[in-house]
Amino acid sequence: MSDVKQVNKGRRNLVIATCAAGGAAGVAAAVPFAASWLPSERAKAGGAPVVADISTLKPGEMMTVEWRSKPVWIIRRTKEMLEGLTRVDAKVSDPKSDVPMQPEYAKNEYRSIKPEVLVLVGICTHLGCSPQEKPAADKGEMGADWAGGFLCPCHGSKFDLAGRVYKGAPAPVNLEVPKYTYLSDTRILIGDDTKGA
Amino acid sequence: MAAAEKPPVTGTGSAALDSALTWVDQRFPLMSTWKAHLAEYYAPKNFNFWYFFGGLAMLVLGIQIVTGIFLTMNYKPDANLAFASVEYIMREVPGGWFIRYMHSTGASAFFICVYLHMFRALLYGSHRKPRELIWIFGVLIYLLLMGEAFFGYLLPWGQMSYWGAQVIINLFSAIPFIGPDLSLWIRGDYVIADATLNRFFALHVIALPLVLLGLVMAHLLALHEVGSNNPDGIEISKHKDARGVPLDGIPFHPYYTVKDILGVVVFLIVFAIIVFFAPEMGGYFLEANNFIPADPLKTPPHIAPVWYFTPYYSILRGVPPLFHSQFPGVVAMGVSVMILFALPWLDRSPVKSIRYRGPYFKTALAAFVVVFLILGYLGTEPITVWGQFGAWMGNADRATVVARICTVIYFLFFILMPWYTSIDKNKPEPERVTH
Amino acid sequence: MKKLIANLLLPAAAVIASPAALFVSAVFVSPAILFVSPAAMASEAGVRLDAAPIDPTDVVSLQSGARTFANYCLNCHSASLMRWNRLMELGLNESQIKDNLIFDGSKVGDLMNVSMTRKDARKWFGVPPPDLSVIARARGADWLYSYLRGFYRDPARPTGWNNTVFENVGMPNPMWQLQGERVRVEHAVKGGEAKEGHGGAAGSVKYEMVRPGSLTPVQYDETVRDLVNFLVYMGEPAATSRKQIGILVLLFLLAVLPLVYLLKREFWKDVH
Repeated sequence: MSDVKQVNKGRRNLVIATCAAGGAAGVAAAVPFAASWLPSERAKAGGAPVVADISTLKPGEMMTVEWRSKPVWIIRRTKEMLEGLTRVDAKVSDPKSDVPMQPEYAKNEYRSIKPEVLVLVGICTHLGCSPQEKPAADKGEMGADWAGGFLCPCHGSKFDLAGRVYKGAPAPVNLEVPKYTYLSDTRILIGDDTKGA
Repeated sequence: MAAAEKPPVTGTGSAALDSALTWVDQRFPLMSTWKAHLAEYYAPKNFNFWYFFGGLAMLVLGIQIVTGIFLTMNYKPDANLAFASVEYIMREVPGGWFIRYMHSTGASAFFICVYLHMFRALLYGSHRKPRELIWIFGVLIYLLLMGEAFFGYLLPWGQMSYWGAQVIINLFSAIPFIGPDLSLWIRGDYVIADATLNRFFALHVIALPLVLLGLVMAHLLALHEVGSNNPDGIEISKHKDARGVPLDGIPFHPYYTVKDILGVVVFLIVFAIIVFFAPEMGGYFLEANNFIPADPLKTPPHIAPVWYFTPYYSILRGVPPLFHSQFPGVVAMGVSVMILFALPWLDRSPVKSIRYRGPYFKTALAAFVVVFLILGYLGTEPITVWGQFGAWMGNADRATVVARICTVIYFLFFILMPWYTSIDKNKPEPERVTH
Repeated sequence: MKKLIANLLLPAAAVIASPAALFVSAVFVSPAILFVSPAAMASEAGVRLDAAPIDPTDVVSLQSGARTFANYCLNCHSASLMRWNRLMELGLNESQIKDNLIFDGSKVGDLMNVSMTRKDARKWFGVPPPDLSVIARARGADWLYSYLRGFYRDPARPTGWNNTVFENVGMPNPMWQLQGERVRVEHAVKGGEAKEGHGGAAGSVKYEMVRPGSLTPVQYDETVRDLVNFLVYMGEPAATSRKQIGILVLLFLLAVLPLVYLLKREFWKDVH
């Protein structure tokens, strides 16, 4: 088996070159197959930015729009709700929103462009369930000092009305604020912040 | 421990690789398989051009399996969605058109390779004793391939898919007594319908490929049991050296691996030209009418099967009905394929290769090839393609008359074979292979 | 190289009349050259078609074709396999597509659907107008080019229109305002047969303009050329990139060919 043959350099170079060419061809041929798992044109069209009309959204109400097959919540917060946010600063794990779960323009006390209008991806940052709305009136269930917010039904993570996660919850970070922009006072473009007014 | 008695693997040039291979070899017949089928499988040294096509058929099988798997990821076997899902692959899935064209071109390439591979067997007597079983496995592969192509052709759910399947399944209706119920059972509905599409999909993507792979394995094992034939049609095992190595044999690896790589590159050049520049191949690989979604209410003006079925389709169409029954045509078509199984026993010649055959066999084979091609051509065309004879022939369609004559010659090639091969004036075979 | 050629020729020399070579050449070459595309050559009416002078690389022509398509075809026909934003390949941007081509409020990410339901279509036209996404692959460019230029006035038809290429067609001339109204005064030059129009060229049919349209005949031919160009593009949007990639693949394979040939020759030096 292990006969010490004279190494034939020309032959070895040809074998190496052929293997290299074959390898390159193999990789190149694999590209379209791997690419076919990327989002198709249909999926991309489904993931396009959506426009939400908030002209009928009353203070204290919440609406849900679908963006990339995920729920996006839009809440017009009342004055009391906004005041409640400062009261829970000590109870949430990232009160200043230091973890980049929002665009730069929403890194503020209210995690929004306009203080009263909150735009939030309604997907728990723990394992991807969609939390439920728990108004401040639900003190019986959520405790006497509940200032309103959300509870994830899967593992009990709690969030306040800016999507900030309460300490001790399994969710590691705040709820995501998507890219968005105001096309007008009543129309919000979700998923794209390069256009609009 | 028996495993430890095996000698360690050496000679890869890397100690780590040697010991890894030794570890595997002591638990799995790695080296013995490698030797038996590649490094110490001695193939005749005089293989020529014709010996590329078996390996190329395997390559195409690989292409079909890989592209097929990726097509199923986006294809929808549903009568309402199938047509659009194929176009979705063609235009919306990244790289989808490439995968689909590889598959559609691969289907035709498969038949080209298999036809040339079978013709090689006829040329050099590769189907003769002791290789009858290799031939039988091969014909089974061919039959299965026809089934695979037929089931697959329904899936795009275009007009040709639909009406082609309609016509072929209705062939079964011609079988006396059970025919109508049989074709109803195959369709699962009164016409080709969603149920048919769904079951054809299952057969095409899993059932037949599994059997096909098993048969390919059996085909190769049988080949490696008896050894390869060669263009001289003589057995290289008759002359061996002291170590038992055939004097006219060379190890398959590296000699035929490097040669087959050359063949693969030439094949890929032809294949790429079709995939990238002529995927429809003038309507022979992808038919224009199949870009119209299946419409059960409207048959296209001209229905023809894909080119690889057309010789048999011509036979079917050419045989006249008897007692108001299509059955004779169906039987003739079935027999024209099945008779291939008998080929090793029909041939009585003492020599195998065309090189030493006499004029009778050469003439018969030439005639067979010509009629096969004529039948194939006529099957792609309407029967009116050559017009009609005059009143002296009862105004018969010329193409039908020619197809009937060709059908007779097709069968005579097989039926008369025991006679003309036994009286042929053959030349003496050499002792050793020639180049 | 000599050996390779010898290998190729050996069986041919061995077999009289060389059915082997015949077989190879027939299998490899015949579909391409012996017969031409079976569906594309003649129309049902037996008229020879005019060659469509299209150019899939002419972006201006494709854009003009897309405009004609959106204005004159998409009201009744869908192209439901084609997405609006794909037209960005033709050098249009999103707002151009939205403002100039989309009339039904669709989004640029939507498919080119038509608001008419198939049921209504069947009621109004007898048969629902076919989807046009892949019509060019089914019919061929020449057929479309001849057909769209083959309409003429025929009072015997319920729509008042007939077509030289597609006799008794269900669709009235959708672009009559552009082309004008014509009557057919002479059939195609007959190929010695009594059958109407058989063997004649669509281009040799004589028409008489009764009411001119907004375009001259030359302009109309150009408009149809652009439209057909677009329909061919839409039939396979990837066709242009397919050919570009194909050239790269072939260059690679041709570069590898001498390499693997040398490899084979190097090893086969041992075999005598």
